[in-house]
Amino acid sequence: MKQLRKIIDNIKPNFQEGGKFEKLRSTFDAFETFLYVSNKVTNKGSHIRDSIDLKRTMSIVIMSLIPALLFGIWNVGYFHFLSLGEDNVSFFEVFFNGFIKVFPIIVVSYVSGLAVEFVAAQIRGHEVNEGFLVSGMLIPLVMPVDVPLWMVSIATIFAVIIGKEVFGGTGMNIFNPALLSRAFIFFAYPSKITGDLIWVSELSKNKLAVVDGFSGATPLGNAAHGAFDKIPDLWTLFWGFVPGSIGETSKFAILIGAFILIITRIGSFKIMLSFVLGGVVMSSIFNIFAVNEFMQLSPLYHILLGSFLFGAVFMATDPVTAAQTSIGKYIYGFLGGFFAIMIRVFNPAYPEGTMLSILLMNTFAPLIDYYVIQSNINRRLNRVKNIN
Amino acid sequence: MSSDNIKLLKNPFNLSNPITVQVLGICSALAVTVQMKPALIMALSVTIVTGFSNLIISLLRNTIPSRIRIIVQLVVIAALVIIVDQLLKAYVYDVSKKLSVFVGLIITNCILMGRLEAFAMSNKPIPSFIDGIGNGIGYGLILVLVAFLRELFGSGKIYGYQVVPQFLYDLGYENNGLMILPPMALIIIGIIIWVQRSYNPNLIEK
Repeated sequence: MKQLRKIIDNIKPNFQEGGKFEKLRSTFDAFETFLYVSNKVTNKGSHIRDSIDLKRTMSIVIMSLIPALLFGIWNVGYFHFLSLGEDNVSFFEVFFNGFIKVFPIIVVSYVSGLAVEFVAAQIRGHEVNEGFLVSGMLIPLVMPVDVPLWMVSIATIFAVIIGKEVFGGTGMNIFNPALLSRAFIFFAYPSKITGDLIWVSELSKNKLAVVDGFSGATPLGNAAHGAFDKIPDLWTLFWGFVPGSIGETSKFAILIGAFILIITRIGSFKIMLSFVLGGVVMSSIFNIFAVNEFMQLSPLYHILLGSFLFGAVFMATDPVTAAQTSIGKYIYGFLGGFFAIMIRVFNPAYPEGTMLSILLMNTFAPLIDYYVIQSNINRRLNRVKNIN
Repeated sequence: MSSDNIKLLKNPFNLSNPITVQVLGICSALAVTVQMKPALIMALSVTIVTGFSNLIISLLRNTIPSRIRIIVQLVVIAALVIIVDQLLKAYVYDVSKKLSVFVGLIITNCILMGRLEAFAMSNKPIPSFIDGIGNGIGYGLILVLVAFLRELFGSGKIYGYQVVPQFLYDLGYENNGLMILPPMALIIIGIIIWVQRSYNPNLIEK
């Protein structure tokens, strides 16, 4: 470790003002602060500096994503072998098979996203924003395993430029970049992100080798088709032994992530809770009317199906695009969950509504905040008036 | 042509472009730019209507009572649009079908009223005519550019001819479905505005 610090200190003068590679300063800065806690000291005014900067906040989010990622990798391999009917495969083989499928998606997402971030930072002369650290990990987790890599790359570049850099970079974006990249593929190349053949790796390629009776449809896809008898029981859904986007299947792994986010207070507990609550309320309303079978599905199923929990824990809580005020967070989360279930049940073209509902609520988050703040101002004004 | 007239003609191409600078006529720019052919026909129609309505209003400008000038302008535009619409129906019926209501909606295109109010009402016929043609072409340039990008990436064609070769599709390339949808047209126009303003910093609003 000391060796590394020495190397960095040695090459540092090259990147500082007047150095040889002055132009690459922001790039160098990014790597240095990634490896070591910044030793910057505030020299004016009284500020308390916490060593938990944006990079370390992001690292904790990454950590909370690891369980979902690891399970996702294993699940990819598991379903690959299941579809081929090979059942005496060792754990290691399964995991390795999943790993070689998922790893390229992660690499492509990071390389294309960071390339845009670095270029944008160099052009503006800013520090490199560390916001992409998390987006780069979220993007592979919300993709189906069979998505072509060039699509991931285009979608990531689109999301980072149009969703983030145009608005001024990290902290300024209106939409969650990871969700935006998924939405881009969803609308641009719908055949690669919806349907029954894409959730299990290489299912469409070796159709003939697939064992009889195996269908790659996700539980939610089955529900959308009306095949309710094919939805697995609650425990299978909870542990995540179902096809789906890479990171969304295991609710257990997602809850571990949620736990990490909540105890470190990095993810907002209020948003997660109200998001789930919104889903429960909407599905209960559907239960009351119960016009069709989809409406009769119990709230518990609705929450465990699809990417509802993943969206609630990792997507809706994005501190930049969510509402900032305390009451605003409750409203934002509640409506997010509410619309997610509504889109899911009502719109046959979109089997999953979580992505669209969170993107919708992203647009409304500033408005919610505005009215929460206004009502607070009014309340306090009234208090002052009443005293006088 | 005098240098003033050339300026009138050329300014709308870039520095006072109706779409990217004045942000007028966005509606039709989103609606008719899925393919190049309708976009081209639309651009031509708008150019003709702006040119001649500017000319006619400029000829009439001293006789129009200012209280009813809007209605007079509308009558002139509407008459021209109907003529254009009938011509399109007679000679390029398929394109006219695709453009559907948007030819009729040229009447409400803000570029027309804008040019009539801002220019033709207070200028001589010849410069007015040139100004109208210039604005029509400025509008058409953006329309065709957007349509070019949308058709190329959205359906792999340029002006109806397949340009993306089959082997690319075999390799796994796919047409981008988002390009066909209107939101992408808005994003493309946004990018054009972005590029234009980074070349001409004096266009950037304070």
